[in-house]
Amino acid sequence: MTVTEFIVSRLNYWIYIILMMIGLFAMISKKNLIKKLIGMSIFQTAIILFYVSLGVKEGSNIPILEHSVSHAAEHGEIIRAEDYANPLPHVLMLTAIVVGVATLGVGLAIVQKIHKEFGTIEEPEILAKIESGDG
Amino acid sequence: MKTLGAIAVIITGALLLYASEDFPSWGDPHSPANQYRVSSHYVQNSFGETSVPNMVTAILADYRGYDTLFETVVIFTAGIAIIAILRGPIDKRVRLRLASERKMRETNLILAQTSRILVPVIQLFALYVIAHGHHSPGGGFQGGVIFGASLILLALSFQLQTALDRVSEKKAVTLAAIGILIYAGIGFVCLLAGGNFLDYSALQVLMPVGAIEARSHGILGVEIGVAFTVAAIMFAIYANLSSHGRMKGGL
Repeated sequence: MTVTEFIVSRLNYWIYIILMMIGLFAMISKKNLIKKLIGMSIFQTAIILFYVSLGVKEGSNIPILEHSVSHAAEHGEIIRAEDYANPLPHVLMLTAIVVGVATLGVGLAIVQKIHKEFGTIEEPEILAKIESGDG
Repeated sequence: MKTLGAIAVIITGALLLYASEDFPSWGDPHSPANQYRVSSHYVQNSFGETSVPNMVTAILADYRGYDTLFETVVIFTAGIAIIAILRGPIDKRVRLRLASERKMRETNLILAQTSRILVPVIQLFALYVIAHGHHSPGGGFQGGVIFGASLILLALSFQLQTALDRVSEKKAVTLAAIGILIYAGIGFVCLLAGGNFLDYSALQVLMPVGAIEARSHGILGVEIGVAFTVAAIMFAIYANLSSHGRMKGGL
């Protein structure tokens, strides 16, 4: 298998990993606290994409039964697991998205408080102000 | 710091890219995540066990009911934490600046009239998404966020005060607490009715339906609780962040 074939067959994972690394890099090296939070959000989005893609099944439907199917199921027809996308990653990510928004809100509130205290959201300037006992 | 960060990121990324060889290929129905019997059980039996065609809703509110209950508590806690962080004495200079800003700000006529028409439609759609979560994509979290967004639109297109006149911060926090109370209360009623906590089939003694339909109604009840909390906290977060916790001025 050539390198190109390997990349193409795993393209979805490569995209998530690259997105995740962009987020990680922003969290480590950016000095601006808001940019760090943006990095955290990108990281989170990559993980959400990864989980949802794990639930994909080739040729499957969304995990909601049509009315005709549910009526047939009431009369004993068996629902095949291959026909529906895996609902479990969807559930996990549904709550993760909303909790992600809430935690991002807490992060932004802390940054606002820091800005009120120190007048800046650049990390080196905050550290310098703390060391000089100002603020 | 930048080079050090870049080196760390590149090494981690390279390791992950190398490891992607062992991941299942795209859309493989026989991958471990799709083959594992928990997922298959949900797909095959969730309708028979809960009478809810939307498997995501059934898993969210029934099989993983505890998880969702405390997920809702996390959102509530985040809202309370934001209020606790931002609330504080107001700087005199800031107050003067705010007063001058408020005079300058006028409500844009076109924006205001458009959102006056849009907000009720958005809120109606939010209620539909909450109530129709059994049969189509939707549920408490999604509908709650849409409802919160309609209040945020009101605050953005008019003044923050316009939205706060309708849902004050105190009211928002109370509504959020009521949401959790509804959720945990339904669980508690299940206990009183002789079942386990959040075992909705015990609700059949209170309703003229069978055990499986009782589960469906229990799920709707907790989704409404989730929607209360999410909508109220989304608006409370916006109101606090946009006004630096002062509940005045806003964006």
